[in-house]
Amino acid sequence: MAAAAAGPGPGSGPGDSLERPEAEAPERRRKAHGMLKLYYGLSEGEAAGRPVGPDPLDPTDLNGAHFDPEVYLDKLRRECPLAQLMDSETDMVRQIRALDSDMQTLVYENYNKFISATDTIRKMKNDFRKMEDEMDRLATNMAVITEFSARISATLQDRHERITKLAGVHALLRKLQFLFELPSRLTKCVELGAYGQAVRYQGRARAVLQQYQHLPSFRAIQDDCQVITARLAQQLRQRFREGGSGAPEQAECVELLLALGEPAEELCEEFLAHARGRLEEELRSLEAELGPSPPAPDVLEFTDHGLTDVRQALAAPRMAGKEGPGLARLLANVASSILSHIKASLASVHLFTAKEVSFSNKPYFRGEFCSQGVREGLIVGFIRSMCQTAQSFCDSPGEKGGATPPALLLLLSRLCLDYETATISYILTLTDEQFLVQDQSPVTPVSTLCAEARETARRLLTHYVKVQGLVISQMLRKSVETRDWLSTLEPRNVRAVMKRVVEDTTAIDVQVGLLYEEGVRKAQSSDSSKRTFSVYSSSRQQGRYAPSYTPSAPMDTNLLSNIQKLFSERIDVFSPVEFNKVSVLTGIIKISLKTLLECVRLRTFGRFGLQQVQVDCHFLQLYLWRFVADEELVHLLLDEVVASAALRCPDPVPMEPSVVEVICERG
Amino acid sequence: MEDDAPVIYGLEFQARALTPQTAETDAIRFLVGTQSLKYDNQIHIIDFDDENNIISKNVLLHQVGEIWHISASPADRGVLATCYNRTADSKVLTCAAVWRMPAELEPGGHESPEDAASPAHALELLCHLDHAARGSTACVVWEPAGAGGRVISLADNHVLLWDLQESGSRAALASSASLEGKGQLKFTTGRWSPHHNCTQVATANDTAVRGWDTRTMSQIYCIENAHGQLVRDLDFNPNKQYYLASCGDDCRVKFWDTRNVSEPVKMLEEHSHWVWSVRYNHSHDQLVLTGSSDSRVVLSNMVSISSEPFGQLADDDDLSDQEERRPEEKSQEPPQDSVITTYEEHEDSVYAVDWSSADPWLFASLSYDGRLVINRVPRALKYHILL
Repeated sequence: MAAAAAGPGPGSGPGDSLERPEAEAPERRRKAHGMLKLYYGLSEGEAAGRPVGPDPLDPTDLNGAHFDPEVYLDKLRRECPLAQLMDSETDMVRQIRALDSDMQTLVYENYNKFISATDTIRKMKNDFRKMEDEMDRLATNMAVITEFSARISATLQDRHERITKLAGVHALLRKLQFLFELPSRLTKCVELGAYGQAVRYQGRARAVLQQYQHLPSFRAIQDDCQVITARLAQQLRQRFREGGSGAPEQAECVELLLALGEPAEELCEEFLAHARGRLEEELRSLEAELGPSPPAPDVLEFTDHGLTDVRQALAAPRMAGKEGPGLARLLANVASSILSHIKASLASVHLFTAKEVSFSNKPYFRGEFCSQGVREGLIVGFIRSMCQTAQSFCDSPGEKGGATPPALLLLLSRLCLDYETATISYILTLTDEQFLVQDQSPVTPVSTLCAEARETARRLLTHYVKVQGLVISQMLRKSVETRDWLSTLEPRNVRAVMKRVVEDTTAIDVQVGLLYEEGVRKAQSSDSSKRTFSVYSSSRQQGRYAPSYTPSAPMDTNLLSNIQKLFSERIDVFSPVEFNKVSVLTGIIKISLKTLLECVRLRTFGRFGLQQVQVDCHFLQLYLWRFVADEELVHLLLDEVVASAALRCPDPVPMEPSVVEVICERG
Repeated sequence: MEDDAPVIYGLEFQARALTPQTAETDAIRFLVGTQSLKYDNQIHIIDFDDENNIISKNVLLHQVGEIWHISASPADRGVLATCYNRTADSKVLTCAAVWRMPAELEPGGHESPEDAASPAHALELLCHLDHAARGSTACVVWEPAGAGGRVISLADNHVLLWDLQESGSRAALASSASLEGKGQLKFTTGRWSPHHNCTQVATANDTAVRGWDTRTMSQIYCIENAHGQLVRDLDFNPNKQYYLASCGDDCRVKFWDTRNVSEPVKMLEEHSHWVWSVRYNHSHDQLVLTGSSDSRVVLSNMVSISSEPFGQLADDDDLSDQEERRPEEKSQEPPQDSVITTYEEHEDSVYAVDWSSADPWLFASLSYDGRLVINRVPRALKYHILL
C-alpha cells in the first residue's frame, strides 16, 4: 500500500512540476506527500532527499520492502568490482553490528523497567497487610467504647429522670406562685400605673385561670384578678376619656383595652370621638392664637374677602369719577390690586400643598383640593362672583341711576372686558401651574368664563348707555314738558338745556374715551359733513315742510309717507352696544333723541315754539354728529323731531334756515 | 279666515286713541280717535268682517278737538267717552266728554263707500266730565260691569268718580280723591278692576302705580318705583283678581300681585323703546299684548302666571282617556313663558293695542302715522290653548 501510495509520487513529481509553472505549488504538494509518507512510516529522506530516487519496488534496495537478498547479491556481484564489494561487505557488517547493539540496549532497558515494577507491587502487598491488622484493632476498640458508654447511660438513667421531674415541679411551683401573687402584682401594677405590665400579666394568667376555675383556690384568684382587671379597665378608660396628652398614649390605651377584651366597636367610636374632640380643641386653640388678626385665608372666605376689597377699591371712583383723567389709572389700580390679591391668596393656599404637610401628598386630598378646591372653588368662584357683583350693579333698585355712578359701570365693564381678553386665562394658567391639577373631574373651561365675563361687560356697558341716556333724556323731557310751547316768544337763542346736553355728551365722550377705543364710524369727512348739513337742512326743510303749509289733508299723508320712506331702516333705540366709544355714544344719543321725539309729540306748539324746536335741533345737529358712528342717524332723528313738532303746530311757519344758522352760531 | 295675514287700515291723520266697542260682543269693532290740530278730528268706527277679511268703516266727526284717549261704554254700544285737547287763549286744555253715536250707525256694517266718503255724521254730546279747577284729563275709564252709569276720570292729580244720570245726559261728581305730594303730580293713566265687585281702580303717575277703593276713595296700595321711568299703561288680569300688568319708559312690562307689591311677579323686556300699551286677553289671560314706540307689537304667552298655568283642567280629564296623547302632554310641562310673535307691520311708534271684545283671538294695534293693523293669534297657539 505504501508502494502504491509512494509510487506515483516520484514518478509524477517532475511531470507535475513540468505541468505547473508555478514554483510554490509543487513545493506545497511535496510537503503534503511528505506528511503522508511520514504517516506510512517512510522516511522523508527516502522520498524527498532523492528526487529521482530508486524505485521502491527495486528489490535491491536494502531498506525497501521488496528487498531480495539474492537479487541484491547478484547485482552486487555482477556490477561491483572486488574492492567495492569488500567495502560494501565491511559496511554491511558494521551496520549489522550497530543494529545488534541497538537491539540489545532496548531489550535491556525494557527488562529493567519490568523488574522495578514487580518490586513495587510486592512492596504494596506487604503494606496492605499491615494496614488490615490495624483496622481490625480499631474495630475492637470501638466496640469496647460503645459498651462503656451504654453502661454509663444505664447507670445515670434513673437520676436523670428524677432531675427532670424535679425541674417540672419547680416550674409548676413558679407558675403557681405567679398565680398566687398575681392579684397583688396586678394591684401593685395598677397602683404604679404600669398598665402595660398589668395587662401582660393578666393576659398570661387568663387562660390558666380559665382552665382551672373549677378549683376553688383558682376560682378565688380568678375572681380577684377579674376585680382588679375591671378596675384596671376602668382606670384605662378613664385615662382614655380624659384624653391624656397625645395620640400615642390614646392609641396605647386603646390597645390595652382591646387586649383586655373590651368591645372593639365601642372603643373605635369612642376613640374617634375623642380624636375629633381633641382636633377641634386644637383648632380652637389655633384660632385663639390667631386671635383678632384678620381672618385666616380660608378658601371660601377669601372670595368674599377679596370682593369686599374690590368693592372698596371701586367705591373710590365715586369721588374720582367726575375728574375724568383718573379713570384709566383707577382701572389699572383696581385690576392690579385684584390680581395681587388673587396671587397672595394663591400663595397662602399653596401652603396646603407644601411637601412638609403630611396630608398634602395624599392623592385624594391633593387632586380634589387642587381642582375642586383651588381652581373651581377659589379662582373660578372668584371670577364668577366678580361677574355677579358687577352685574348686580345693573339691577340695582335705584333704576333712576342714582345708586351706581355711571363711571363705575364703565370702569367695571372695561375691567370685565379685560378679564375676558387676557386676565382670566392668565389667572387660570397661573393656577394650573402652581397646583398641578391631576384630578379627572371636569373643570370649568376658560372659554365659558370668558363668555361670562364678556356678557357681564356687555351688560354693564349697555346699562351705562341706558343710565347716561336716561340722564340726558330726563333733561330733555323736563325741558319739553315744563315749557309752555304755545305762548313762547320768538327764539333768539338756543335753549340752555341743549347746550347742557352737548356739554354732557362731550363729557361722556371724554369719559368713555379714557377706557374704550374709538371704534369705527361711517366714512364721512368732518369738513364736508358740516357743509352738507347746511345744504341738507335748507333743502330738506323746503322739501318737507312746504307741503304742510298748504291746507289740504292729502298732503299731510304725503308728508307722512315721506317720513316713512326715510325711515325704511328701523332704528333700534335701546340696541346692544359694542365695546367702543362711538357705539356707546351712538347709543346714548339715540336714546336721548328718541325721547325728545316722543316728548315733542305729546305737546302742542305755537309758531314760535316750532321755531324754537327748529333752532334747538339744528344746534344739536351741529354738535352731536361728531360723536356717532353714522351721522345720518342724528339727521334722521332730528329731522323727525322737527317734523313732529311741525305736525303738532296749528300754525307751522318755520324759521328761515339762514336765521336758524345764525342763532346757532351765535349760541 | 283664509290665513293669519294682518289686515291694515290707514287713517288720514295721526292717531293715538284706540278701543274696542266693549259692549258689542258679536261684531268685531274698534273705535279710533284721530289727532289733528288743523282739521276736524274724527272717530273711525272700524268693522272687521272675519269671514271675508274685509274692513269697513264709518266716520264720525269729533269737532271739539284732537282725541288723546277714547273708551267705550261696557253697557251701551252707542256710548263712548273721549279725552280731547282744546286750544283756547293760547292754552291747551285736555277735557273729557261722554258722547252718543248717531243711532243709525249703531248696528254697524254700513258698507256703502259713499257713506264713508261723506262723513256727515257727528257725535251727539251727552255730557262733559269737566270740573272747573281740576285741570287736564288724562283718561276716562268706565265701570267694567254694571249699567255703564259710572266713570272715573283722571285729571291732573285728581281721581274723579262720576255718576251718569238721565241716560248719560248729566254727570254728577259722586266723589273724588287727590294725590298730594311734592312737585306737580299728574296721573298718566288708569284702569278699573273688574274684580272685587268693581271697587278698585289703579292709577299711574310718574313711576308709581296706586290702587284706590272707589267706595271710600282712599288709596289701598302703592307700588313706588314700579318702573324705572314713567309708567305708560296698566291692565288688570281679567281672571286673576290680584294680578296687574304695567308698562313704561324703561322698556319693560311688569306683572304684579297687588297683595305683595315689593317685587314684580314677572318681568318682560322685549321692547327696545318705551312700552306704551299693555293688554291682557279678555278670556285667555296668558296672552299679553304690548305696543311700543320701537314700532313693534309683541304678543307674549305668560302661561306661568296665568289663570290656566297647566292648560284647562277639564281638558286634562279628557286626555286621560287617550293614553297615547298623555306622554306628549307630559313632555310639554312645565309651560314656558315666551314671546309668541313680534309684529312689525308698523313703521311709527305704536301707542295703542287692544283685543277685540267679540273675538278673543283678534286684536288691533294703532301707530302714530294712523295705521291700524288687525292681527290674529297664531292658529297653532289658538288650538293649543283650546284643545
